[in-house]
Amino acid sequence: MDPENTAPPMERTSEARFKSLKRRELLKLVPILAVGAFAIPKLQNPLLGAGIRFTDWLSGKFFRRQHLAPVFANSDLAPFDKFPINGYDLEDPEVDLEHWTLNVSGAVQKPGEYTLQQIQALPRQRQNTRHVCVEGWDVIGRFGGCRLSDFLAMVGADTSARFLQIECADDYYESLDMATALHPQTLLCDEMYDQPLTREHGAPVRLSIPTKVGYKQAKYLTSLKVTSVLDRVGYWEDQGYSSFYGL
Amino acid sequence: MTKSKLAGARALEPIIKIEKKNGEVRNAAYEHPFAIRVTHWLNAIALFVMVGSGLQIFRAFPSFGAKIPQQDLLNVPKSVALGGWLGGGLQWHFTFAVIYVATGVFYIVYQIFSGQSRQVLFVPADIRGVWPMLRYYLFLGPKPSLGATYNPLQKLAYTSAGLLGVLSVASGIAVWKPVQFSWLAWMFGGFHYARLIHFGVMWAILFFVFGHLIMVVLHGWSNFASMWTGWKEDPEYVAR
Repeated sequence: MDPENTAPPMERTSEARFKSLKRRELLKLVPILAVGAFAIPKLQNPLLGAGIRFTDWLSGKFFRRQHLAPVFANSDLAPFDKFPINGYDLEDPEVDLEHWTLNVSGAVQKPGEYTLQQIQALPRQRQNTRHVCVEGWDVIGRFGGCRLSDFLAMVGADTSARFLQIECADDYYESLDMATALHPQTLLCDEMYDQPLTREHGAPVRLSIPTKVGYKQAKYLTSLKVTSVLDRVGYWEDQGYSSFYGL
Repeated sequence: MTKSKLAGARALEPIIKIEKKNGEVRNAAYEHPFAIRVTHWLNAIALFVMVGSGLQIFRAFPSFGAKIPQQDLLNVPKSVALGGWLGGGLQWHFTFAVIYVATGVFYIVYQIFSGQSRQVLFVPADIRGVWPMLRYYLFLGPKPSLGATYNPLQKLAYTSAGLLGVLSVASGIAVWKPVQFSWLAWMFGGFHYARLIHFGVMWAILFFVFGHLIMVVLHGWSNFASMWTGWKEDPEYVAR
């Protein structure tokens, strides 16, 4: 006998009342069954869609315009031949590099065709950053090009617009939120490891965005549109991947 | 504080006596308040989904080495993966992460502010009780007398599980946001190792769940039912 446990006066109740007490407590848990909505095929996609939209919204809140992604020493770089080539259907969409131009349209003061020379005339930036694939692998690579923000300034983009819509020489397409487009490490990338971009890696120009997951960093760019309304988000996003996926 | 409250402070749970029609009397203790029960079950569901969808995501790159050349660590069967494909796995993982974190945070905050944490929190005073309890579980010693809802080993297990839960979320945030939370990723040794730790923590949690389920079976129906109704009948720590 433990006197401490028996000392306080205890409530006494009948077996019947105790049973109803237990039943009431059990019934309080009924709202948990609402999670079962995820098992209903008709509700599953809308619910998971809402979940992704919520976490994307949260991702946007976490994004800080001036917070830089970690940069690495040259000794941390993966060798160039160990940098994965990740095209979604083909490695070489046979871009005519001689005559390539980037088509710029939408909310810009100077729409039109921009040449590689015009992009290369902008201040150069080279950085060793981590490329993270949605699949889970990561690799530290060296990227060079101009800041996308400098290019947007050159074409007179309305930076109060919400998005950039990007199209590629393969039928890949992407979109980018304006805050990320203006981030100081977001590059219109035309070189890797101090060499001109190879065809497999997206020649002549790709996006290099160390604050985004790999599939946002489109290759073989052909057109760029400044807009607040997206008619489509991106090749993978439109199949159910996160639209924002900021790292 | 009244005398009775002070005396009752040792037994954390409100205790009542139930009278049968034939005059027989037995005890019941209200062990698990509603907040604990609802977060326990929601968190259990979320954990189940997080593991299934996490394995789905892992299937996309089942390695912790380089991409080139890729050496798979293990082949996760599709039957235990949730979501059907990588995109589906990510949708489940991100959506249920919200439920997992929300219930986890609510549980911990409630435990702390209600004082209920004394029931499960392993404190230094519990250390001396670990060895006798371990001896008993290994059939090497007599059963130590139980003065509280949980014995020191149980407290150790529950406290560890809570810490693993915190670690799973912290390492998950480091994998999800290695740039915005670069300090967190740095603490785990960078994105690459955060991903490895996130995976390891999952196995540690599964190890806890495995032991937890064995103990639930061994402790019988009254114990299992208490996590549904809150009431534990004939608790052994209350004298008849």
